[in-house]
Amino acid sequence: MLDTPGPTSINLREEFDAVGIAEVFKELDRDLVGLKPVKTRIREIASLLLIERVRKKLELATEPPTLHMSFTGSPGTGKTTVALRMAGILHKLGFVRRGHLVSVTRDDLVGQYIGHTAPKTKEILKKAMGGVLFIDEAYYLYRPENERDYGQESIEILLQIMETQRDDLVVILAGYEDRMEKFFQSNPGFRSRIAHHVDFPDYDDAELLTIAELMLQEQNYAFDAAARAAFIHYIQLRRSRPLFSNARSIRNALDRVRLRQANRLVGNLDRDLTRDDVTRIAAEDILASRLFAETPTPAASRDA
Amino acid sequence: MRITQGCFSFLPDLTDEQITAQVQYCLDKGWAVNLEFTDDPHPRNTYWDMWGLPMFDIRDAAGIMMELAECRRVYGNRYIRLSGFDSSHGWESVRISFLVNRPKEEPGFRLNRQEGVGRRVTYSTHAYAADLPEEQRYQ
Repeated sequence: MLDTPGPTSINLREEFDAVGIAEVFKELDRDLVGLKPVKTRIREIASLLLIERVRKKLELATEPPTLHMSFTGSPGTGKTTVALRMAGILHKLGFVRRGHLVSVTRDDLVGQYIGHTAPKTKEILKKAMGGVLFIDEAYYLYRPENERDYGQESIEILLQIMETQRDDLVVILAGYEDRMEKFFQSNPGFRSRIAHHVDFPDYDDAELLTIAELMLQEQNYAFDAAARAAFIHYIQLRRSRPLFSNARSIRNALDRVRLRQANRLVGNLDRDLTRDDVTRIAAEDILASRLFAETPTPAASRDA
Repeated sequence: MRITQGCFSFLPDLTDEQITAQVQYCLDKGWAVNLEFTDDPHPRNTYWDMWGLPMFDIRDAAGIMMELAECRRVYGNRYIRLSGFDSSHGWESVRISFLVNRPKEEPGFRLNRQEGVGRRVTYSTHAYAADLPEEQRYQ
């Protein structure tokens, strides 16, 4: 008796629709501002995985692709957000079984005394099985200045699992670019096991403004025209300050702005508030920021 | 004598694939899966040794299977059982328990009869394996 032959052709469009990847792309474009190279890269990876699925159905020899990734970029450029999305994408395409994300740092992996590290690392790995393990600031795992550091032990276990249980787990490392580069240099095993290196660019001012407006919109706030102009100026000032961390700085700034808005409203108790009053962010809420006081640029003094 | 304890014990031993499916069932129900091993197979022996802590917060069976493989590597010639504990209110007890590993040779049990007052007979079972001191059984 002959074996029943597999299908000879597969409609790519049907396959594309079946996994619902179009939805994910749409969400990506809608929710993530900027990040062009990252989106391109995700599309490439998704395409590869889609073709891999088709090849499997056509019964062509396939080897499970290596999906471990490294995300490099400045703080606040959306590495964690994208990692979370990545887990969803990989799940939709059927390359991880559950699609959850376990986000850890050095503290969660490395123990404090001899014999503490291995169980701790394994515990985390077990939790991440069937999903994505996201290691933030991965370079802290390796501390060359202390040769008895337990980080090395954790790295060895990670490497071993990354190699032997490729079907069960996808590992994503994240961190600042220069330090990740150093980390990979001292741990060549990691570099060779990671297939995709994705670099996250910094946001430009216009993108940061879009992000700010998106964040406000989610919380049912809005800038008025003057506030918008003030915030554009605020972004320019904030960028030049140390410890600027892109979208995260914006989020923190907005939290403070909300605080000031609330304070301004409470300042005058004898009136009725309208819907517009509580949703509108006024220029003075932004201009009260310390930044404007400390850097008396001509623009700032004019606004004030 | 092949020991029958827990679920599925009258079936042929489960394959790893079948165990994985059972474990995933437990996890999907939100039960904590636990591994235990022993070299004293008496049915009234409730004191099995725990292989690590019960595993909470695990989403996928692969994590449990990794521990099982490790447990088998160390105690491959003992009984290993896997149990699922339901912590939800009203249950708070083990919902499933089955053997996932057994020794190559299972010597079985001896039935002891003791004649007491008025020729009343009391019975007890004794595992042949338990004649040897601990650690020397099932070499």
